[in-house]
Amino acid sequence: MKYMSEYRDATRVKSYLAELQQVVTKPWTIMEVCGGQTHSLVKNGILSMLPDKINMVHGPGCPVCVTPLHLIDKAVFLAEKPDVIMCSYGDMLRVPGSKKSLLEAKAAGADVRILYSPLEAVKLAKENPGKEVIFFAVGFETTAPANALSVLHAERAGLKNYSILTSHVLVPPAIEALIRDETNTVQGFLAAGHVCTIMGMSEYFPLAEKYKIPIVVTGFEPVDLLQGILMLVKQLEAGTYNVENQYTRVVRPEGNPQARAVIEKVFEVSNREWRGIGSIPVSGYEVNKQYTAFDANKKMNISIAKAEESKECIAGEILKGLKKPSQCPQFGKKCTPINPLGAPMVSSEGACAVYYHFNCTEEPV
Amino acid sequence: MCLAIPGKIQSIETIHDGLVKMAKVSFGGIIKEASLEMLPAAQVGDYVLVHVGVAISKVDEEEAAKTFEYLREIGEIDELLDHTQVDRQVE
Ligand code: SF4
Repeated sequence: MKYMSEYRDATRVKSYLAELQQVVTKPWTIMEVCGGQTHSLVKNGILSMLPDKINMVHGPGCPVCVTPLHLIDKAVFLAEKPDVIMCSYGDMLRVPGSKKSLLEAKAAGADVRILYSPLEAVKLAKENPGKEVIFFAVGFETTAPANALSVLHAERAGLKNYSILTSHVLVPPAIEALIRDETNTVQGFLAAGHVCTIMGMSEYFPLAEKYKIPIVVTGFEPVDLLQGILMLVKQLEAGTYNVENQYTRVVRPEGNPQARAVIEKVFEVSNREWRGIGSIPVSGYEVNKQYTAFDANKKMNISIAKAEESKECIAGEILKGLKKPSQCPQFGKKCTPINPLGAPMVSSEGACAVYYHFNCTEEPV
Repeated sequence: MCLAIPGKIQSIETIHDGLVKMAKVSFGGIIKEASLEMLPAAQVGDYVLVHVGVAISKVDEEEAAKTFEYLREIGEIDELLDHTQVDRQVE
């Protein structure tokens, strides 16, 4: 086993598709919450192979896409300070702020660096004692332990010149907000496997119970996704609403306790603004009081004007699953990955970019 | 962004006076470093899921096999056996 190729095997994919065809009798609308799953569904052509009765809508699960405009502006503001080295994951750099992206700030001379891991930012802080090294810490629960760990590493090394600018979002409150939205059409959810790797499954039971909606924790490879969809469709056809785990090779019901302990040590739960969606209660993490010295928001003097979202971008409707990217009037015209109007066209997991790259123009619902 | 991929632990070293365990993990031959602070019990030879430089979960071999059992039940076993043999050879 290599835990990769087996899950991309065409024979297995076909068997699951055939089984799905047999099982489905009614039309169902299913949301995959995570952008990584959107990417895999489109890239592997699964979206076009699914039975017509199954309508997949793409959720808000791309942390880059939901990072609010004012936070991008803050990151740009900080990056432009002469004594700052601003670092983040690659996708973050191209997200348009109200005036510019981090990449444009870099082109104009700001010290902005792309890193693979926040732990590298701590090294950078050690090597550059005269600079404040700020890591733009975006992510879901999956990424939170690594971002928190960087703070603990910096503390252990006695560093005074390292801080993080958090843009952390949480999945279960977002699912609840989507279900409660009066425009909601989603009947079942594929929950994001890697989020549950950290958090476990306990948060999903009350959601399934309260809203009578089935939830299947699912992996990212084609066979994983098809098995997850099949499990969900079986439940929908039978009228049940349980929380099931397709991704048992990686997700334990209790999650990863060590990772959660690190999160709890450094972060506290807060309300959070989601770009395109609005404010969702208790849906994010901020650095807690004990670690204020590592919180760029508190440590740095930030003054920026409040910015307006572009009127032309319908990212809010896309992220809520109400519209497909190809239904946006700007899609592929004014808005392309090279010249993105909104964040979903930037990230490799953003629904608009995925549709663009894989030439997916699936017809509207 | 939430991409996490499985790789095999090649070696483990302890740094910062025994405080932090770091692993060299092979992803199909490409070696990268990953912190084992979230997976203290991981051993050389284990497959682990790595996300932004941190190992977050051990991949469970028995559970992995279950994904394919369902296919056997619905009668695809013959075709699958061929593929499993190929997998073994590759390993
Ligand atoms: S295609 Fe561009 S403008 Fe339209 S919703 Fe997507 S990111 Fe926004």
